[in-house]
Amino acid sequence: MTDTALAPASGMNVSDEVAIQITAMNKWYGSFHVLRDIDMTVNRGERIVICGPSGSGKSTLIRCINRLEEHQTGRIVVDGTELTSDLKNIDKVRSEVGMVFQHFNLFPHLTILENLTLAPIWVRKTPKREAEEVAMHYLRKVKIPEQAQKYPGQLSGGQQQRVAIARSLCMKPRIMLFDEPTSALDPEMIKEVLDTMIELAQEGMTMICVTHEMGFAQAVANRVIFMDQGQIVEQNEPRAFFNNPQSDRTKLFLSQILGH
Amino acid sequence: MADTSRDAAYVRQGMIGQRTPPVADRGAIRWLRENLFSSPLNAILTILGALAVWYMLSGLVPWLLRSVWDADSLAECRAIVQQRYGEGVTGACWAMVRARWHQYIFGFYPPALYWRPVLAFALMFFAIAPLLFADNRRARLILLSAVTVLGGGALFGVVYGVAPRLLGAPVESGWLPWALSAALIGLLGLAAFRPRAFLGFVALYPVIAYWLLWGGSVWGPVCVLLGFVLLALVYRLLSPHLGAAAGAGAAVVAAVVWWLALQGYVSGPLQAALPAALESVNSDRFGGFLLSITIGVTAIAGSLPLSILLALGRQSDMLIVKTLSVGFIEFIRGVPLITLLFTASLLLQYFLPPRTNFDIILRVIILVTLFAAAYLAEVIRGGLAALPRGQYEAADSLGLDYWRAQRLIIMPQALKISIPGIVSTFIGLFKDTTLVSLVGLLDPLRGVTSVVRADIAWKGIYWEPYILVGTLFFVICFGMSRYSMALERRLQTDHR
Repeated sequence: MTDTALAPASGMNVSDEVAIQITAMNKWYGSFHVLRDIDMTVNRGERIVICGPSGSGKSTLIRCINRLEEHQTGRIVVDGTELTSDLKNIDKVRSEVGMVFQHFNLFPHLTILENLTLAPIWVRKTPKREAEEVAMHYLRKVKIPEQAQKYPGQLSGGQQQRVAIARSLCMKPRIMLFDEPTSALDPEMIKEVLDTMIELAQEGMTMICVTHEMGFAQAVANRVIFMDQGQIVEQNEPRAFFNNPQSDRTKLFLSQILGH
Repeated sequence: MADTSRDAAYVRQGMIGQRTPPVADRGAIRWLRENLFSSPLNAILTILGALAVWYMLSGLVPWLLRSVWDADSLAECRAIVQQRYGEGVTGACWAMVRARWHQYIFGFYPPALYWRPVLAFALMFFAIAPLLFADNRRARLILLSAVTVLGGGALFGVVYGVAPRLLGAPVESGWLPWALSAALIGLLGLAAFRPRAFLGFVALYPVIAYWLLWGGSVWGPVCVLLGFVLLALVYRLLSPHLGAAAGAGAAVVAAVVWWLALQGYVSGPLQAALPAALESVNSDRFGGFLLSITIGVTAIAGSLPLSILLALGRQSDMLIVKTLSVGFIEFIRGVPLITLLFTASLLLQYFLPPRTNFDIILRVIILVTLFAAAYLAEVIRGGLAALPRGQYEAADSLGLDYWRAQRLIIMPQALKISIPGIVSTFIGLFKDTTLVSLVGLLDPLRGVTSVVRADIAWKGIYWEPYILVGTLFFVICFGMSRYSMALERRLQTDHR
């Protein structure tokens, strides 16, 4: 994806304020230890790319951040709110953290506009007109305002994923999580989605992306995290990560995904 | 055709125009070949099938063609057929339908009060139109206009035609059809111009229908309505303090206490102070399609929300809710409906406090509702299982809570997937209402038919009642089936 590789823009500054703090977090599926002693701090404005082989726990990790998965030990604090079984905290975190999924997960029975306005109207109690204005604003931003009245099934994969990004943005989140957003797309649609994400990064959004798009990582990430077997194996700023990986596991992984 | 194989270079001089396919491959001949005679075996099967159809129709059609509509007894019918078509010939005797159709429709409901079920039936369409055609105003108004015209006509018919003929005297309240038709037109106007206010009528309909059908003091149904108002009030007041679940629980308890213990003390004095009553009609006078439709429609309306709760309960993480739901569903599905109906008619009396008069139709409705709800819950569970997990996750990640996610995201899709199964269950439920003859109620199939046969004039009539009842059931069930298919098409949004 060299054509999307832009020089980091000046707007992408990392602040000292902590957005997400994960301390000694562990998670098990039954007796299988998926995430092991995860420690991670994300500052506001950071763009983090998490990569690793399948089954390494990278998706599970970001799904723990908005409590789609429950962790068993350790602490996760998002924007000062700790994730516990307290439903109020969970709802608070979820309405501040946007998530984009591999399979888009748009609501097929609603039009694009309804997909975008549903959560603002029902969760934020925004008046319908205002919600629709905001929705159209974000649809223009992802460059598909003309699709507002269509249903998700009528759109291409790339368009659906951009709608999904716009849907998250309509909730005005402070943090965005991307769970392999381009893995289910045809190569020519990947670019339009990545361009949208790059634009978002340039506006200073705090982002955590699970992705194998290394061009994207080099273009916008300020940190790349490599995971294997449920633990963070290596993390570094992108140039050092790609040019001078330290661990053998990382070297092997990079040689496999960049080798062809 | 140019030979392109010899020379590598080839240039077409003129384009070939459209030509018709050979005779054997077009029009009716092609259709016959493809669909009826595509192979020797299929040709034989086609001929055998045609013979079978011919054999059946050759018996049925002449019998129908020799129908007699004008006679006073089965013997007279037969005499007319013999006289017209010769010795040993049989023909249908529809004179029975002419003489007894009112019992197939109303059972033993007093003829002077026939206008009440007719009105309740017409109003039913007003109540369900906003649900049937939620996003199609035109279809809604066409349906309601037809109902207004037909319902008004039927009101005049029963008051001026049917009731005087059956009673041998004109009905006293001859002004009724005029007033009620005007009311129907008023409702039509409300539905057309004030759809929002009209929804208020939809909420009131169950109480109105109950009052029209059973009659009695108007204050009874009004007090039942007050129970719902109380429910809403208690919920409004308590849920901010106790939370939604506890508030809802307290509201339900308050409403049940009101209905079971308190409302009797209120409705009695109200009736004494402001008497307003319709002549009351006992449940044993109900019969025919009036009974089937009353039980069927109430059970359909009641079972759907109950089944949604059961399906969600079965999927719940909460152990007790889950166990109760699974236990209920499996118990009801494991027991024949007839067992439950006998329970309704006999056993329930033992469990209830002595001298409580718990109406038999109400009891049957409750058990049929529970029965249908158990089956529907499984149908809806199938729809829920068909939804990808991503839909739940997307709803969660947007911050929607459980009930909102269910109402806005999950149920609209799960119910859409389940429409064929849901409507099948509804159709089955409606046809099962004929089983109430086993607990002594006058269903159209066995109950009314045996009443008709008990008359010396129609003793020995065999096919005609079944054909009549079968046809009416078919029309209603086929209508439901077609509606469900149209609904499915309308809700199809994924590949338009």
